[in-house]
Amino acid sequence: MIGLPEIIAGVLAVALNAYVLTGGADFGGGVWDLFATGVRRERQRELIVDSIAPIWEANHVWLIVVVVVLFTGFPAAFSILGTVMHIPLTIMLIGIVLRGSAFVFRSYGPYGQTRWGVAFAIASAITPLLLGSIIGSMATGAVADAAEKIGGAATFSEVFVRPWAAAFPAAVGFFAVALFAFLAATYLTVDAQDEELRDDFRIRGLAAAGAVFLCAAVALVLAHSAAPRVAIGVVGALLIQAATAFAAIGAIAALWLRRYRVARLAAAAQVSLILWGWLIAQYPYLIPPTLTIRDAAAPPVTLRLLVLGLAVGAVILAPSLRYLMQTFKARRPG
Amino acid sequence: MALSLGFHIIFAEIGIAMPLLMVLAEWRWRRTGDAIYLQLARRWAKGTAILFAVGAVSGTVLSFELGLLWPSFMRLAGPVIGIPFALEGFAFFTEAIFLGVYLYGWKRVSPRAHVSAGLIVAVSGAASALFVVIVNAWMNTPAGVTVDAGRFTTVDPLAAMRNPSTFQQVVHMLLAAYASTGLAVAGIHAAVLLKQRGADPSGPRNTALFHRHAMMVALTVGIPAALLQPISGDTSARAVARWQPVKLAAMESLLDTQRGAPLHLVGIEIPRALSLLAFRDPDAEVQGLAAFPRDVWPPIAPVHVAFQLMVILGTLMALVCAWAAVTTLRRREIADHRRLLAALALLTPAGFIATEAGWVVTEVGRQPWIIGGIMRTGEAVTPMPGLAVPMIVFTLIYLGLAAVVAISIASLVRETT
Repeated sequence: MIGLPEIIAGVLAVALNAYVLTGGADFGGGVWDLFATGVRRERQRELIVDSIAPIWEANHVWLIVVVVVLFTGFPAAFSILGTVMHIPLTIMLIGIVLRGSAFVFRSYGPYGQTRWGVAFAIASAITPLLLGSIIGSMATGAVADAAEKIGGAATFSEVFVRPWAAAFPAAVGFFAVALFAFLAATYLTVDAQDEELRDDFRIRGLAAAGAVFLCAAVALVLAHSAAPRVAIGVVGALLIQAATAFAAIGAIAALWLRRYRVARLAAAAQVSLILWGWLIAQYPYLIPPTLTIRDAAAPPVTLRLLVLGLAVGAVILAPSLRYLMQTFKARRPG
Repeated sequence: MALSLGFHIIFAEIGIAMPLLMVLAEWRWRRTGDAIYLQLARRWAKGTAILFAVGAVSGTVLSFELGLLWPSFMRLAGPVIGIPFALEGFAFFTEAIFLGVYLYGWKRVSPRAHVSAGLIVAVSGAASALFVVIVNAWMNTPAGVTVDAGRFTTVDPLAAMRNPSTFQQVVHMLLAAYASTGLAVAGIHAAVLLKQRGADPSGPRNTALFHRHAMMVALTVGIPAALLQPISGDTSARAVARWQPVKLAAMESLLDTQRGAPLHLVGIEIPRALSLLAFRDPDAEVQGLAAFPRDVWPPIAPVHVAFQLMVILGTLMALVCAWAAVTTLRRREIADHRRLLAALALLTPAGFIATEAGWVVTEVGRQPWIIGGIMRTGEAVTPMPGLAVPMIVFTLIYLGLAAVVAISIASLVRETT
């Protein structure tokens, strides 16, 4: 049955998807900054910054949309996540702040175009690692377990540390890092202006694809013991599985054959399908195995207003975004 | 959280008023063709961009902090205050898009479209402030909900947005933003002009002209706002008297309920003035703290001191602005008036200090409640032990952000001096 709560959950999923495709790739770019090697090291870094700097703020807004829709539409879930995931969320925030400051400094600081050290790169790797772990521990049901222990006899570590500092969440975290790095590398092959740089990122993309498969395999093995619900659910959604595999193979093949635009499209599709696979696997739960979308939902009047607000907002924003794109189309490389 | 907001409020004030300065400067340039105004517009556009970038980061941190520090508050209030926050999100998105057009579109869009983009940035910045302050107003004087045993049985977010404090608080905050930023920018340029006085007259005359123009545009925004602010403050105080009598009593540290209550200002007692100001009747009864149970008293000393500080600084700003306005009306150059320049330079930080003080009045004055009369702050805080650690972490984050802004702005200011 599809009602208001499901619609809002859908909006949440779409916003999360947008953030992963845009903001996620920005994080991936930071990872490549950390791994910049070879004679073209500085040029690689320049390309990364040039392709992120003008758009990271707009990309970042998607995360704010996710958070605001979550706490308006599903306050109970927001409250549980904010409590149990306090530590990883805080570290994630530090990562976001460091990255944001790095851009401000680079563009307007007194030190001009000098790099802002490894802080930027490390923050880029840690943030998706924790984002993945948070998703991983939600999927295992550890978040829901811990939420029930609050105020009881449980120790600090049982409630606030162990849910996310475990093998499966960590595997999902590394999976997220590899996936974002893969996404970023395929985007950068399109953004790069010369063949040498393009090839650098092509090779990096292929390497990242290998890492993605490795992490996925580890996560799947761990999933059978840690997150039975996810394992069963994902296998159940065979169609999505097949489509994900198809997109993944397509992305790698296109990268191999230097069909960069196709690779970018396929990589984006692959990442989106993985996200939706996870979401469908845990439907109708928001925080499995206790909190469903309906249980967590705000009162209907709030949901109605939220849908209305989102619709009106979209009507204003869509043409504005198109205007922005049209104005700067000529500037976009490639 | 308090600390984060304390920093954010300053970032936000500059972020609201800066685009207005930038559009005004561009408009002057299009009208007069004077290239200095163009230079100013570009400079202020850069400032806006810095503040926007940092504001984006600090806003993200804040939206997460709501859940990290106040999970129970969000569980209860999320359905009510989420709507204004969502609207704020859209205003912010719009601002981001048109700031992009403005910053990178100097040569790509028509002059009219460019000025319009700047105006949209200024308006959506003000709209963001509107929605956020609505949330705060609701926390002060909640409306649109019925409460039963600590849960909301009915919720009407639109009625919540029209709570009794909304209008006064929004007007007061917006005027504060324009007055503080306008006077701060004017103050910086006044200080430079003051320093350059008596210097070699054949020296860099161009920069003097630049600073004159900059100061005048900033004053165009700052003077009206600073002059209107005392009026807005007065209506705010009356609303507080009616809806939050405990807060008013704390602001004036009035212990006993009395008729014809006096007003204390820096140790001077003005008889019956408080009754007159709060209720428009010199003999009106003002409730003292003793009329309320002790467990709903806010911390009195900080609220009282902060209120005094805000009123004094606001009054000084209004007086200096009146002086500047009269000088201009008499067709004399403010830049040639040494004492006026010195006064303006001295008042550079005044608006921001007054804002912080006002924020202490409204927030600390609401304690022990996080939602006035409904939820206590202690009930709202996260059950996670060791809260000192996140406090220190977030404080460091914001000190870092403040340093980023300060260094970037300073290097921007230095470019011209």
